[in-house]
Order: sequence, then structure tokens, then C-alpha cells
Amino acid sequence: MAQIIVVTSGKGGVGKTTSSAAIATGLAIRGHKTVVIDFDIGLRNLDLIMGCERRVVYDFVNVINGESNLNQALIKDKRSENLYVLPASQTRDKDALTREGVGKVLDELSKDFEYIVCDSPAGIETGALMALYFADVAIVTTNPEVSSVRDSDRILGILQSKSRRAEQNLEPIKEYLLLTRYSPTRVKNGEMLSVADVEEILAIKLLGVIPESQAVLRASNSGVPVIMDQESDAGQAYGDTVSRLLGEEIPLRFVTEEKKGLLKRIFGS
Amino acid sequence: MSILDYFRSSKKANTATVAKERLQIIVAHQRGERGAPDYFPLMKQEIIAVIRKYVHISEEQVSVQLEQNDDNLSVLELNVTLPERN
Ligand SMILES: Nc1ncnc2c1ncn2[C@@H]1O[C@H](COP(=O)(O)OP(=O)(O)OP(=O)(O)O)[C@@H](O)[C@H]1O
Ligand SMILES: [Mg+2]
Repeated sequence: MAQIIVVTSGKGGVGKTTSSAAIATGLAIRGHKTVVIDFDIGLRNLDLIMGCERRVVYDFVNVINGESNLNQALIKDKRSENLYVLPASQTRDKDALTREGVGKVLDELSKDFEYIVCDSPAGIETGALMALYFADVAIVTTNPEVSSVRDSDRILGILQSKSRRAEQNLEPIKEYLLLTRYSPTRVKNGEMLSVADVEEILAIKLLGVIPESQAVLRASNSGVPVIMDQESDAGQAYGDTVSRLLGEEIPLRFVTEEKKGLLKRIFGS
Repeated sequence: MSILDYFRSSKKANTATVAKERLQIIVAHQRGERGAPDYFPLMKQEIIAVIRKYVHISEEQVSVQLEQNDDNLSVLELNVTLPERN
């Protein structure tokens, strides 16, 4: 049985797709057979971040509607043996996702894969509800900012009431906090909520902190998940996040201001 | 922090603290309504409307919370801050 991981947030643009791509790639690199699914029907993005946009033939909705089989729609990643992408459709409406349809696809994938990573769309409509419904683990992607934290809390409420595990009174979904676009300098200046603040407010287990990083745009420009850039802070932070997801206990990095040279210390940056 | 930062930030309030305090209130409120039955929001509106027939109050002066104490007992808590009489 595969473990189903949803990367969710409520609020848009907080880094779900960036994180889904990085985490799925990280799991695959460590030898786990992984598939990452784009649930953002009509607005697909994951294919671009994964760098496989030119190889999309069939998509998630085609498979649900029986217009193609799963193997025709799955795209094998160029970089890792163990990684596959199931793209979203670009045109159809989001009602194309039905609970039965999604359930059937996930069941079939569960036979072959160890991890199924679901990249949720923003909001709390059908697409987002479908992405989280079957989850075993939720990675609640949050920016250190008021509206994102409030939306994350709303998503937690939905995970606890509208998921399969909640409806069937099973063991609850494991909820993790992934804090992204973190800026230690702004936290130090009292301009941004700290890791501890957000942990205290949401009261769920912290999986990782990803710094605000120029490496993320570079990665998306070139269609290579940022975790492949192990020179970069964000790449390393995603690496740590994957390790924690696999049960390792490692300290947080990139949460304090980096040391600056003398000139920068006097004049700022 | 640089010397310039010091002067820059000393003028500004610590907005992160403000954000945290606001969020603590919002989240406590959201969690209070979680797991409540579907009719709850409407019932709350109607209770407020009834009170308003008699006293002039704003919505913030009324808090209606449902507390699940254990599996077979929940408590509906109604808190109304009445305006001072004069
Ligand atoms: N750690 C980071 N540092 C800098 N920029 C980032 C970081 N994480 C994400 N971004 C940028 O934020 C934007 C939104 O990211 P992304 O598409 O991953 O968010 P999303 O939550 O999937 O959005 P949507 O809700 O629209 O699906 C992108 O431009 C991305 O490059
Ligand atoms: Mg996205």
C-alpha cells in the first residue's frame, strides 16, 4: 500500500507546487518509487516545475474518464528512475474530478508506488477537497503571514472533518507544517512571524522551514525541482524536509540570519 | 543587524507581534466553531437577531461557542456584552 501525501494550504501561491515537486523528487532520489499528481485541473503547473511539459499526452482527467489508461498518462521523470508525474488537464472544468474516479486512480497507483504526492490547488473547492480526501499525510504549506496561517488553520479543520479518514472514523491524517518563504532577517527585525510563532498558533508538528530563496525561481525557469540544486539553501532545506518525512530527526537550518561581512554589517544589505 | 537597520527598525513597531496576537484570536475563534453542526452558523445569526430586538449590540459583542466536553455532552455557551445602562 502506498502512502498518500497531500500538499495543501488553502491560500494560493504559498509554494505547494514547488514543494510537491521537491518532495516527490527527494523521495524518488532516496529510492522510493513515487508518483506526483497535479490536482489543479484547468491550471496545470506541476509539469512545468518538473520540466516535462512537452511530454504531456494524456492527463489525470483522461484516465478518470477512461479515455486513456494510467500507463499512457504517466510521465517518467528524466532524472530519477523511481519518479513519475501524472499531469492535470489544461482545459476541462474541475468537476471532472469525482470521488469515485479519483479513488480508482489512487487505488491503481497504490499497487505500484510507495508514495503518492498530491499537489493540491488553492482554495477549498472540489479540486482541493479531492486532493486531500484520500490522504494519509498532509503537508500544510504555510507562509509566515496572517492570511496564509488563517487559511492553513481552516484546511486543518477540513482535514479533520471532510477527509476519508475523518468520515470513516479511522486514525486521523498525520498533519505536518511546512513553513515556506521564510526570511530570518525579517523575523529578526520583527517584521515576520517566526517559526515558533506559527508552530504555536497552528499546533501541529513542524516538518521543515524553507527560506525565501532566489534558487526557487532559477529552478522553475529551468524546469528542475529546486531540491536538485543541493548547493542552494532552499534545495538543502527541502532535502532536510524529506529526511524528516522519512523519520529522521535533524536540526533546522536556515532559520537564523546568515553572518554578514563587516561592510554589510555597517551598511545593511 | 546593521547600524542603519537599528535606526530604521527602532522607529517601527514590532508588527510580527501584532500579527501573532491577531492570529491567536482568529484561530481560537475558528477552532471554536469546528465540528459544530451545519445548522450552527445560522442558529448563531438568529440568536444574535433575537437579542438585537431588545438591546442595541454589535456582532462582536456576542460570542456563541459550542464546546464538546466529551462524546455525549456538548455545551452551548452564549456570552453577550451588554451596553452600559445610562
Ligand atoms: N522558498 C521560496 N523562495 C522564493 N520564492 C518562492 C519560494 N517558494 C515558492 N516561491 C515562488 O512563489 C510562487 C508560487 O509558488 P508555487 O507555484 O509553488 O505556489 P502554489 O502554492 O503551488 O500556488 P497555487 O496556489 O497557485 O497552486 C512561485 O513564483 C515560486 O517561484
Ligand atoms: Mg500550485
